[in-house]
Order: sequence, then C-alpha cells, then structure tokens
Amino acid sequence: MSEPTLSGEHSPEPAKPNLAKPAAERPAGEPLLEVSGVTKHFPVLDGFLFKRQVGAVQAVDGVDFDVRAGESLGLVGESGCGKSTTGRLVTRLLEPTAGRISYRGQDITHANRKELAPIRSEIQMIFQDPYASLNPRQTVGSIISGPMEINGINPPGGREKRVRELLEIVGLNPEHYNRFPHEFSGGQRQRIGVARALALEPKLIVADEPVSALDVSIQAQVVNLLQDLQREMGIAFLFIAHDLAIVRHFSQRVAVMYLGKIVEIGDRADIYEGPRHPYTHALLSAAPEADPDDDRERIRLAGDVPSPINPPSGCRFRTRCWKAREKCADVEPPLVRLHGNGEGHLTACHFPEEPTTAGREQDVILDPALAAIEEA
Amino acid sequence: MTTLTQPEGQASPQDAGAPFLSVRDLYVQFATEDGTVKAVDGLSFDLERGKTLGIVGESGSGKSVTNLAVLGLHNPRNTTISGEIMLDGQELTGAPNRTLEKLRGNKMAMIFQDSLTALSPYYTVGRQIAEPFRKHTGASKKEARDRAIEMLRKVGIPQPQTRVDDFPHQFSGGMRQRAMIALALVCDPELLIADEPTTALDVTVQAQILDLLRDLQQETGTAIIFITHDLGVVANVCDDVLVMYAGRCVERGSVREILKTPQHPYAWGLLSSIPRLSASVDVPLQPIKGTPPSLLNPPSGCPFHPRCAFRDEVDGTLCQDERPPLVLDHGRGSACHLAAEQKQSIFAERIQPLLGRAG
Ligand SMILES: Nc1ncnc2c1ncn2[C@@H]1O[C@H](COP(=O)(O)OP(=O)(O)OP(=O)(O)O)[C@@H](O)[C@H]1O
Ligand SMILES: Nc1ncnc2c1ncn2[C@@H]1O[C@H](COP(=O)(O)OP(=O)(O)O)[C@@H](O)[C@H]1O
Ligand code: SF4
Ligand code: SF4
Ligand SMILES: [Mg+2]
Ligand SMILES: [Mg+2]
Repeated sequence: MSEPTLSGEHSPEPAKPNLAKPAAERPAGEPLLEVSGVTKHFPVLDGFLFKRQVGAVQAVDGVDFDVRAGESLGLVGESGCGKSTTGRLVTRLLEPTAGRISYRGQDITHANRKELAPIRSEIQMIFQDPYASLNPRQTVGSIISGPMEINGINPPGGREKRVRELLEIVGLNPEHYNRFPHEFSGGQRQRIGVARALALEPKLIVADEPVSALDVSIQAQVVNLLQDLQREMGIAFLFIAHDLAIVRHFSQRVAVMYLGKIVEIGDRADIYEGPRHPYTHALLSAAPEADPDDDRERIRLAGDVPSPINPPSGCRFRTRCWKAREKCADVEPPLVRLHGNGEGHLTACHFPEEPTTAGREQDVILDPALAAIEEA
Repeated sequence: MTTLTQPEGQASPQDAGAPFLSVRDLYVQFATEDGTVKAVDGLSFDLERGKTLGIVGESGSGKSVTNLAVLGLHNPRNTTISGEIMLDGQELTGAPNRTLEKLRGNKMAMIFQDSLTALSPYYTVGRQIAEPFRKHTGASKKEARDRAIEMLRKVGIPQPQTRVDDFPHQFSGGMRQRAMIALALVCDPELLIADEPTTALDVTVQAQILDLLRDLQQETGTAIIFITHDLGVVANVCDDVLVMYAGRCVERGSVREILKTPQHPYAWGLLSSIPRLSASVDVPLQPIKGTPPSLLNPPSGCPFHPRCAFRDEVDGTLCQDERPPLVLDHGRGSACHLAAEQKQSIFAERIQPLLGRAG
C-alpha cells in the first residue's frame, strides 16, 4: 500500500520515465505568475430587441496573488465566489475587465493568440468534470496528442511514443491508446485529462476542482498523482477546490475568496491554524471533520452567500459577519499584513479574529432557526 | 441503545424490545437489458426512535436503492424485492400501494439531494407544504397555511408570512433545502429518510442545515436514516453507522467505533483516503486501489476482494470463494474473514498511524 495505487486493470508499477529534475535541484520560489487587481465583470443584459446593460456580475473584483515556480497555491471559497473565473482568467480563456496578469515577467493581460502561443504550452488546465471535458468520439491517443498537434510539437520518437509514456506516468495502461473515454471510469478519465495537460511539459497547471466529481477512494488516487507531478516534475499549481481539507493537503499557500475578492491569503499554517478573517473562521468551522472528538470552534452563519450582482458595500462579508460595525459598510478593508501576522499572511478585515480555531466559550450562532431552538 | 425523546402519544404499540424499524435480509434486484443488477444483496439493520443511522458508501453501493425500498418507491415492473421491512410492527414489503401512500409523507418522510426536482415548479412553496398536511390530518385550508408558515419559520426561512407564497425558483439553494425539510417534517413523521440532503450545498450552509436537522430531532424524537458519502458529515449527525459496499453491509457500529476503531479493510481504506484538517500534511493519502465493482456481475466471495490489500493475510482462497458473514455483537461487527486479533493488530499498527492528529 505504499505507492499511489492506480487503475484497476493495469498493474500499479510506479513507472516514471522522463521526469524532470526533482524540485529540490531547481531554484524554487521565483514568481511564475503574477496577478494584480484582476477583475472580471460579466454584463447583465435586459431588454427585448435592444439589449442594454443593466448591471454586472462582479465575478472577480480586484484580486492580487502570485504563484511561484514549483509551489501549489490553493484557492478556496464557496460556489460562485469566483474561483473558476479566476482560473479561466489566468489561463486566458477569459478576457479580464481590468488588472494585470504576467507570466514570467511578461504581461499577458491582453496578449493575442500569436503572442500567447509560446506560453500556451506552459500553462495548462484540468477541469472538474472528467466526463464533459473529453471528446467522446476521440480515442485516448488523439485526445492526449491533440495539444502537441495544435502546437506543432514533434517529440523525439514521435507523438505516439510520447503519449504512451504519458499514459504510464498517470498510471494508465499504455495499451489503452486506442480506447474511447466511455471505456474508462471517472478516476481514469481524470487521469486522461491530466495526461493531456502534461503533454506539453507545462510549468503551471490550473486545476479547477479536479477531484470533486470523484468517489472518495478515487479522489485520493488522483490527489496523489498530482502531488507526484508537483514534487517530482516541479510543476506549479493553482489548485481550485471547495474542499478545505484537500486544499490543505495539497497546497503550501492558500487564498480564501468571498464574493469575488480574496479575503485572506497566507501559508498553509497561517490559514488553517491562525486565521484572522471571520469568514475563514466560519468556513473552517463548517468543514465537517471525520472525528467524533472534534473540538474546534463552532460558528454557524445565517443564510446564503449574497448575489455578486449587487454585492454589499464596504466589506462584502458584512451581511453575514458577527463582528460587523458601521465602518465595515463604509470602508472596504484592504488586504494587508495585520499586526502579529507572519510575512505573506494578508487579511482584509477591520476587526479581525484571534489567530486560533480552538473552541470558544460561546458558539457563534447567527442562523435564527438554530438560535431559537438552542436557546430554548 | 435507549430511546431518547419519545413524544407523547407516539408510544410504540409493540413491546419495548422490538426496534422501531427493522430490515431483514433485504434483496433488491433490477432486471435490465444487460442482466440482473443486484443492487441490495442481503442487508439487515435496525433503527430506534430518536436515533440517526448513517449509511455510507461510494456511488452505486446501494444506499438510495435500500431506502427507496423502505419507502416503497421502486417500480414493481422491473424490480424484485425480498426480505422483511418492519416499521413499528407493520410489514412494508409487499404492502399494498394504498397503505404505503398513507404512510409516506405522514409516518415516514424523505428529503432528497436535489430540491429542484423534488419540489414542483408550478406550485408555491407554501402550498406544497400545506397540501400533504391537509391530506393526512384533514386540516382546513387556513390551518394548513398557518402550519406551512410555522414550519418555514422553524427551518429558518426569513419572513415566512410572505415567503410562503413564493415559488421554489425564488428561493436560493439553501432555502429550497430548508423548504424540503419543512415539507418532510410537516406531519411530524416518526421516520425521516434523508438522502444526501446537503451534498449540493455550500459548506457553511451545509453546517447550518445539519445542525438544524439534529436540533429538530431532539425536539421531535424522529428516527433518521442519513445517507451520505461524507465521513465528516457522518461524524456530525449520526449515532450509528452502516458501511455499504456492493449492496451489502460490510461494517456496523456506533459512529465512534466506525471512525475511531474500524475493523473492515474497506472502512480502513475510506478513512485513510480522506485528508483531515487535523492530520499531519506529511502523511500521504492511501487510496483504495481499483474501482467499485459492477453489480451486474459482482465479485465472488467477499465483494471487496479485488481491491483488498489484506486478503493475502487470510488463509487460502477463502476471500475469493466464500462470502464473509456479518457477525454482530451488540450491534457492532464487520463482514471480513480476518480474525478479530488480526483486525485489531493491523488497525493499530498499520492504519491508525495514517489517521493520527498532527503532533
Ligand atoms: N431503476 C434501476 N434500474 C437498474 N439499476 C438500478 C436502478 N436504480 C439503481 N440501480 C443500480 O443499483 C445500484 C445501486 O444504486 P444506488 O442508487 O442505491 O446507489 P447509491 O449508493 O445511492 O449511490 P450514489 O452515492 O451515487 O447516490 C447501482 O449500480 C445502480 O446503477
Ligand atoms: N459567463 C458568465 N456570464 C455571467 N456570469 C458568470 C459567467 N461565468 C461565471 N459567472 C458568475 O460569476 C460568479 C463567479 O463564478 P465562478 O467563478 O464560476 O465561481 P466558482 O468557481 O467560485 O464557483 C458567479 O456568480 C457566476 O454565476
Ligand atoms: S471588515 Fe467588518 S464585516 Fe468585514 S469581516 Fe471584518 S469585521 Fe466582518
Ligand atoms: S474478507 Fe478478505 S478480501 Fe474481504 S475484506 Fe476481509 S480480508 Fe479483504
Ligand atoms: Mg467553479
Ligand atoms: Mg444515491
């Protein structure tokens, strides 16, 4: 049980041909991707014949972060907070409304296809749905060699040889080269997606909920595979997920998003052991832990996340925050290093919490129905 | 297990010894073009009033099929059901449809994962809650509407007097799930079946709703079957747990026993494949190899044997040849050929270190 176990039929010999130098031998930490003030507003149209814009979905609103070579930055938050949009902006599947994105020092914010061509191969994306993201009429071989064809890349020994190597790296049987996606299980299909992303030897992979659609036992197979790629091939990840425990397991740094903004960012330990933003506290407290002796603080918010069309003024979390005061409605809290926080641990809050997740003297219960029953 | 809160007037007509819900040797098979799907393959369990039984397992393990059988919702045309399902002394397998219809929404109710398909888009939320109440209690329109408002308030819908006239699409996902709970609880059911009721929700909303279900249960004494694939959710809401694999129960016990000292290799696999917020990040996840089996043609012997890392520790080819029985002692046990001492030592020496808290 020591190696990540792989597909059912294929014996799980951990073959890893063609791996790049181990991460330790490369200079680590230079910023690969720099994102500043990046914004994406989707217009909300109304009117019948003559559409006019009546508002905007502020899906992503001025986010700053960077991803360093070889590291994994996790992006967490609830649905609709802008995680996928951020991922699609970074891979330039979407055009930013404002802000700046640079890759290895080169501004790619509005780069056109031709300018992007040399970079395209270095930034790859893995999607949530292993079913929808593969063309059902293409063989595995042509799916994986697709990116090489598009980019006119002819690896030594030919594309087919490279595809077989890739299948082996992701733990699939190279003999399955001519099979179709429907002949594979969900976990195996996700491996095909990973092999396709690896075809061009990327430096950065944006993985958008890569294991959310998979069964628990299969999730671990794919997480271990991605972890091997990060560690042994030194590939950097922007790892998007709503599962806080998986992000903690996979990412050295983590950013927490709420309604289009990063509300807290820091090293893994900063976020999980010493969070300062009330929303980070609430999110961690809500994450179910498979432990009957779990004694962390209990925070129960009221209601759902508000709409990103007319987000609250000032701090966007204020409508669900137990510490909100007047200032929170008037002044947007900047994302800054708070007194007592480590370097790189930034929080956007006027009245931050203590850096601990330990149980409180009194639970924070904002949900009216819960409060009514529990007070009785 | 003792009965917790038992509301007055709902005392069981049976002697105190008989469980409230008892399922014995349940088999559910579907006739399909490809052959017979053995979706539930000899399942037995009990549930007491006021208690929550969690049913966990991966996709396709038979969780939903089991509970649709209890509710009598399978299509008889392609489904064969055998075994015994006793609810409060009443036999449900083979009961006429009329009897089951009377029970559903009244004595037993359900909450599904997908509130959008479970609620009709054409009627107001209030009407959908009021109708079954009228049907089962004979209340007047006005009384039923008041009851709907009261239920909406109870589950935390703001301004219930006005929201009662909204249609489901005017509610957010979390509110719809609350409305589903209001609908399920409107007739004070004695058995509630919740099939992944929070899987589609955001984690902060999930936490609110899980706690709400738990708190409401304290008030009403409803027995709950809670279906989920999330062991964290199990820890939050369940008293007892049944681990399902390939249509069978492979392990049963209290929530503490299952999460702290599991005995079955499949349960070990599930627990060591999930990352925990409290575990050291340096301990790698240990996935279960392979994929869940097809129920058209399930493996011989122990259904987990093709994926089991411990079958070599059982003598000969027993795992491949012979189905291990579920041996229960005080409601606790597992279906595995490993000897009790083997289970204990393997768990203590090889599994527990993977689950430990960060130092
Ligand atoms: N009406 C049906 N006809 C044929 N096969 C069916 C039918 N309903 C369910 N099955 C099969 O029965 C098995 C058990 O299904 P079930 O829905 O109980 O799984 P589950 O444990 O609830 O899974 P999930 O976690 O995905 O909801 C599966 O193999 C499924 O494909
Ligand atoms: N193409 C689009 N047009 C309009 N709104 C969109 C589009 N894509 C995303 N959105 C909206 O932007 C917000 C953020 O979405 P998304 O980035 O997908 O969130 P997440 O991945 O965090 O769940 C949501 O409110 C979503 O509905
Ligand atoms: S700024 Fe105010 S409303 Fe926002 S999180 Fe901090 S205390 Fe809460
Ligand atoms: S019976 Fe054998 S194959 Fe099945 S779980 Fe036990 S050891 Fe593994
Ligand atoms: Mg998304
Ligand atoms: Mg199901």
